Amino acid sequence: MPGKADKILEQVERSRVWRSIFRSGQGSSPLHRALAIQQNVFLHLFSTKVRKRMLGFSATWYLGALTLGTFLILIITGVLLMLYYHPSVPQAYADMKDLQFVVSSGLFLRNLHRWSAQVMVFLVFAHMFRVFYRGAYRPPREFNWVVGIVLLLITLLLSYTGYLLPWDQLAYWAITVGSNLSKAVPLVGDKIHFLLLGGNEVNANALLRFYVLHCLILPLAALLFIAVHFWRIRKDGGLYVHQSDPKTVAASKEAAPVKEEK
Amino acid sequence: MSGPKEFIAGFDSDQRRSPTRVVFVTRRTSAQVKANYEEQVQTYPEVLFRVVLAIELLTIALVVLSLLFNAPLEGIADATHTPNPAKAPWYFLGLQELLHYFPPVIAGVLAPTMLIVSLVIIPYFNINIESEGLFLHDRQRRLQLFYLIAIGLLVFLLAFHVYVAAVPTLLIAIAMVVAAYSSPQSTVAARRYLANKPLAWWVMTWFLFELIVLTAVGTFFRGPGWSWVLPWGS
Repeated sequence: MPGKADKILEQVERSRVWRSIFRSGQGSSPLHRALAIQQNVFLHLFSTKVRKRMLGFSATWYLGALTLGTFLILIITGVLLMLYYHPSVPQAYADMKDLQFVVSSGLFLRNLHRWSAQVMVFLVFAHMFRVFYRGAYRPPREFNWVVGIVLLLITLLLSYTGYLLPWDQLAYWAITVGSNLSKAVPLVGDKIHFLLLGGNEVNANALLRFYVLHCLILPLAALLFIAVHFWRIRKDGGLYVHQSDPKTVAASKEAAPVKEEK
Repeated sequence: MSGPKEFIAGFDSDQRRSPTRVVFVTRRTSAQVKANYEEQVQTYPEVLFRVVLAIELLTIALVVLSLLFNAPLEGIADATHTPNPAKAPWYFLGLQELLHYFPPVIAGVLAPTMLIVSLVIIPYFNINIESEGLFLHDRQRRLQLFYLIAIGLLVFLLAFHVYVAAVPTLLIAIAMVVAAYSSPQSTVAARRYLANKPLAWWVMTWFLFELIVLTAVGTFFRGPGWSWVLPWGS
């Protein structure tokens, strides 16, 4: 009976407890809906209104939202994987085997984490190119573009540090190839290489360093910059693409071929 | 700081209502409201609903993918046993392909640093904000510069035998020549499209093209000793 359910929901929304948590009050007026965004610590990063033309799939392809989706999946699966993982040699590899054969749904968990990570890297690149081609990096949105580049780098580092954790041949040699590049930095190359790995080659110290970076430092940095990234969308004038701006469209129509009058 | 400005001072006559209010209005400046009326929808619930739906569909797709395909796991790490080829994660294989041709300090340090710096500074240069076709203004000088840079880049790539990167460069250069000799009023849609593209579009498209080609070559077409292999070959 929908009538009864609605009544119960209404009673809950009117209760003192509910009202103490959600300050926006009940109701579906534009004011209440605006307050629902404004009065929430997470949602207030966003603006209360969005340009209607930005909602269509073609405007953004929802690439930013999907990237956030992969990030959330990665946090959830990542925390669960941490319960079964020891960042030590050779236990790390044994834990991989346990995930594969012993832990319930362990294989699925690792698959989901791994594939989501690959998809996230792809989506971040796609998002960047999409924002560029739609002209959304233009002033006053310059700084948010820069924040986006920082997030691209953090994403690559997250993926790269995670790559070592299974401690298999694939991980070991990919990180060896990559970290050897740091040796090529003029003057301080060897120092950077040593700092990165905690030794002169990929070993147990490197595994621990990559684990701390992957599970603590980089996710916190990502969260921080994601918050700034979202908040700046609102501060810089809301979701916008130059290409479909009514003024731009009108200007490009002027440039279209003119029929000869004869 | 600019020079001293002339102000017109205005005082409110009613001292009781607003005791110390002084207004300075600079000359020939008036408040201007730049209103931009566009149809808007409320974030809650319209936008949030769509975002949540998009994320849910993505989650379903990823769950299906994870049920069908297992993440790779090879034998335990062994420092005495180097696989051939030892490959970086796929998103770095473009760089690894470049490492094949250039010393590490160029391909591994200089190139990525320059790439990141150029991405960061994009919105701070007016040439990248311009949305008019590259060759529509200052045509002669821009054409000369374009030929100089395009031919210089191609000679450089060919001199180092980087054919993999030279092919996309050549194709983009050809498209730019087509753009240069097309009118934005052309009756052919493709020529109209190309003629209206600004410099930033060309550079970014060249970068995207190189990124895809180099990454694909590194991922699928490189085997032992970084030699050419076919992905479907055994």
